[in-house]
Amino acid sequence: MAILDKHAVLERNVTLLAIFAFLVVTIGGIVQIAPLFWLENTIEDVEGMRPYTPLELTGRDIYIREGCYVCHSQMIRPMRDEVERYGHYSLAAESQYDHPFQWGSKRTGPDLARVGGRYSDDWHVDHMRDPQSVVPESVMPKYGFLENKMIDGKYVGDLLSTHAFVGVPYTEEMIASAQADFTAQADPDSDYDGLIERYGEKVSVRNFDGAAGISEADALIAYLQMLGTLVDFSTFTADASR
Amino acid sequence: MAKKPVQKQEVDTTGHSWDGIEEFNNPLPKWWLYTLYVCIVWAIWYSIAYPAWPGIKSATAGYLGYSTRAEVAADIAEVEGRNAAINEKLASVELASIADDAELKGYATSAGAAVFKTWCAQCHGSGAAGAVGYPNLQDDDWLWGGSVEDIHLTLQHGIRSETDDDTRFSEMPAFGDDYLEDEQIASVVNYVMSLSGDAKDASLVEAGSVVFAEDCAACHAEDGTGDRAQGAPNLTDAIWLFGGDYDTLVETVTYSRKGVMPDWNERLTEAQIRAVATYVHQLGGGE
Repeated sequence: MAILDKHAVLERNVTLLAIFAFLVVTIGGIVQIAPLFWLENTIEDVEGMRPYTPLELTGRDIYIREGCYVCHSQMIRPMRDEVERYGHYSLAAESQYDHPFQWGSKRTGPDLARVGGRYSDDWHVDHMRDPQSVVPESVMPKYGFLENKMIDGKYVGDLLSTHAFVGVPYTEEMIASAQADFTAQADPDSDYDGLIERYGEKVSVRNFDGAAGISEADALIAYLQMLGTLVDFSTFTADASR
Repeated sequence: MAKKPVQKQEVDTTGHSWDGIEEFNNPLPKWWLYTLYVCIVWAIWYSIAYPAWPGIKSATAGYLGYSTRAEVAADIAEVEGRNAAINEKLASVELASIADDAELKGYATSAGAAVFKTWCAQCHGSGAAGAVGYPNLQDDDWLWGGSVEDIHLTLQHGIRSETDDDTRFSEMPAFGDDYLEDEQIASVVNYVMSLSGDAKDASLVEAGSVVFAEDCAACHAEDGTGDRAQGAPNLTDAIWLFGGDYDTLVETVTYSRKGVMPDWNERLTEAQIRAVATYVHQLGGGE
């Protein structure tokens, strides 16, 4: 065939070969990836999802910094054993404000996608200080130093704007009051009405680590205690096509 | 110099020639070729049978109608169906009568052990022996009561749980906050130690008993045996949740303690809660 004879031109010109190889790979990529952006069943909207509060988002950064994801996944797969152990399987929408997502593929420790509310704050403090004191079988290292590192949320507004830049719906108001919200969430005696108004009724306002001041442990525990708690599964109906 | 291929001319060459090097046009092995064709046919069948081809709004659902969500729902429904009758019985009978029915008790105990290892072991230990700050469930000492009904209520609503309005709640005051002077705390701690063993400084015990009668007896009872209605621990049994040495007790009286247990009525079914209540009750300490 005539068109196949032209192939010889590509075989003899390395630049042309590179250009055409790139085009072929691009077509493959578009076919595989592009439909995910418009198919309705891959972008399920779920009631209850909200962006992280400034304190939770800071806790999430600490989670990433300490490499928690190396041992803990955050994705409950749709299998009976996982659902029985961890709770309802994870939905894609539950990671919609995660940049980057923390799904993971390896579990040295348990999955944390629904760890929120499962243990008391005190338990988290004890467990961070000395995991073996509450779970003797655990191989987790100690993270007690987080309690001693105080943070003031000075740059948390910038953190929020960065997330807003990549698509998280933080409003101007949220970004402007980020530091105030950051401080209010860790202090039950503060005026936290604004925080509740911006992020919803379900935001927990507590002194998470039980000690004075806001430490990294406060932020991390605030993050852990909200994980997987946003969607109310008693009212959620799974669409089988997803 | 390039040579011609050293094979008798039984097959043609491809006609390509690079610097005089030529290449035989041998056919692919038959087994390989047919495997390739089978794979192509399989791929076409697969893309029709399972969700695959993207359209405008959704992808094709597939001839077999497969979905991971439907599969896990069916898996769970199958197991729940098998246990439905006994779970229903477990959730509806009188709590106290579970122990009288051998079959029900056997089921509740094994099911409860599984629930315990999944949800409770992280605080109370995989053998239910507890840890500092997390009660041992094997002994006879109960903060809020050790009958199966009491355990059931604790499991349902938790202790000082923020997410449940019916939770068991009490709050020991932090006596260091303007209630008691340091000397009074020291004396009352010595008195409390004397209730179950030896005081650190026996000379303070008498003064401590006065402080105890004034400030502690309302919850912990005049004889120090506690009050389960308020979750006030028995101080005479030498069983300590946070530690019974002098320094720990001073810390406890100065800053107070308030352990928290989550409420489980939203995460577990009534049958699961009853199963784990039965399991904990039969561990040895049940009343």
